[in-house]
Amino acid sequence: MDSPAQAAQPSAAASGSKLAIRTQALNLWYDTFQALFDVDLDVKQGIITSLIGPSGCGKSTFLRSVNRINERLGYVRTTGRVDVLGHDIYAPSVELVQVRKHVGMVFQRPNPLPLSVRENILFGLRVHADGEQRLDRERQGQIVQEALEQVLLWDTVKDQLGEPALRLSLEQQQKLCIARLLPLKPSVLLMDEPCSALDPQATSAVEELIWELRGRYTILIVTHNMAQARRASDECIFMLMGKVIEHGATDEVFVTPEQQETANYIEGRYG
Amino acid sequence: MQAGPKSASDPLSSDRRDAAWYVDKAVQVLVFVGGISAIILIIGIFAFILIQGVGFLASAFDLREFFGSPRWAPTSDHNTTYGALALIAGTASVTGLAMLVAVPFSLGAAIYIAEFATGRTREALKILVELLAAIPSVVWGFIGLSIMNPLIIHAFDVPVGLNVLNAGIILGLMAAPIMTTIAEDALKAVPDGYREAAEALGATRWQIVFRVVLPAARNGLVAAVLLGIGRGFGETMAVLMASGHSINLPTSPFDSVRALTATIAAELGETAVGSEHYQALFTLGCLLFLVTFVINLSADLIVRGVRRR
Repeated sequence: MDSPAQAAQPSAAASGSKLAIRTQALNLWYDTFQALFDVDLDVKQGIITSLIGPSGCGKSTFLRSVNRINERLGYVRTTGRVDVLGHDIYAPSVELVQVRKHVGMVFQRPNPLPLSVRENILFGLRVHADGEQRLDRERQGQIVQEALEQVLLWDTVKDQLGEPALRLSLEQQQKLCIARLLPLKPSVLLMDEPCSALDPQATSAVEELIWELRGRYTILIVTHNMAQARRASDECIFMLMGKVIEHGATDEVFVTPEQQETANYIEGRYG
Repeated sequence: MQAGPKSASDPLSSDRRDAAWYVDKAVQVLVFVGGISAIILIIGIFAFILIQGVGFLASAFDLREFFGSPRWAPTSDHNTTYGALALIAGTASVTGLAMLVAVPFSLGAAIYIAEFATGRTREALKILVELLAAIPSVVWGFIGLSIMNPLIIHAFDVPVGLNVLNAGIILGLMAAPIMTTIAEDALKAVPDGYREAAEALGATRWQIVFRVVLPAARNGLVAAVLLGIGRGFGETMAVLMASGHSINLPTSPFDSVRALTATIAAELGETAVGSEHYQALFTLGCLLFLVTFVINLSADLIVRGVRRR
């Protein structure tokens, strides 16, 4: 087995050099099935990092362990360390609620809550502010507008704020799912194949949006679509069978991969 | 049922009438009859009740007396009156109290089973709830008569323990299991993606339940409560045994009352078939049938409304 530490050395310095996510010897089991093996990764702050690899390679599992949403299954066991902005999120004193405030997540299928567009945006604030002072309506309106403007949705939905979010198109729903994370001022956005349920046009619109958010947030995106990884990420991580095989600047991973497995996958020999 | 004349060379059609063909047809007919039997039966039952009661409706029935007078005196020598108001009030008060008992119990149980319990606890609870639903109503009535009755007399220092309170609690406990099962189904039908989304936004489990799951399952929960009410209206034996069975417009939970159903059950055997009294009882039956039919139908429509959305 190649030393993962060696494989994980990023070969080029993209913008920003502080680390947003650092994992050390992260192992994860679903019951008795081990899904991650000694994952050591350094994800830089403020850039877009894509995770690629064949189905079942552990890329979604890895993503879902960065906000500990994996644990809702109940039979997941994790060892090792995951630091987000220098804080060990698996430390016993950590509150899950706070982890999720700082690490937002976008899912494969757009999953807006069965509430109005406006309430979807405010949901995060409401659950985190439970028991504290209430925001006045004006401030709420401001927050909704800011969030929707950031995801380029304000102009199209500003007249439907009171309507059920489930009535929007899939593209709008997925953008809304990104927008509702923003009022919590997260530092990291995790995206689990955010475009896989969308048609090509919607995909490129959402990709554009993700690119637009680059710099303000650290974005870690799982994708099946290699072209997407190539055109829409700064760095790229290739995983196989629960291990990190290669991590480097996207261009280099795609043009001059260091590992034979990476080359094979990118050329389409498997996966 | 003739297979059209097809050329023998056509490999896709077959004129063979072997055993499998007959079995197929027979099962088809059987399933069809089974399918429409529910409709035939329900229309048939309503027609039967209506025909039995129609003589009364045509002659002695007085709308104002029936719904306005609390005096149900079909066997009085001088002044026979058929006022169903006290019976309606009896049924309504017992059912209302039953819902006050059953709604918190069943919703709480459903939320616990659907959202919090896991593994064996959950399976055990589901089985127990279903067992609870299978307890015969006469057993519940017995509990009302022999356990609740002295308990109420002692606890509240009242002369009679067979009253609205007793019947309401018994009926509430009877209706709760069914309501729990239906409410739990409604909660289970809420897509897990909602919970996951809310959890990823940092909501706690209670916030998920109150802010996401319950609103999303609202229609199903309303349907569960409606079905509970329907059950309450239709229940006979337990109410007959626990309510005291005396004609009264109740002013407190400690008054004895008599329910519509209990009246029919207690009096029908004593009347001459075809007599005015007999027909009046069937008119009560019509009323009960209509009320429960409307309640169940609206519950069903509400549940369908959820699915369509």
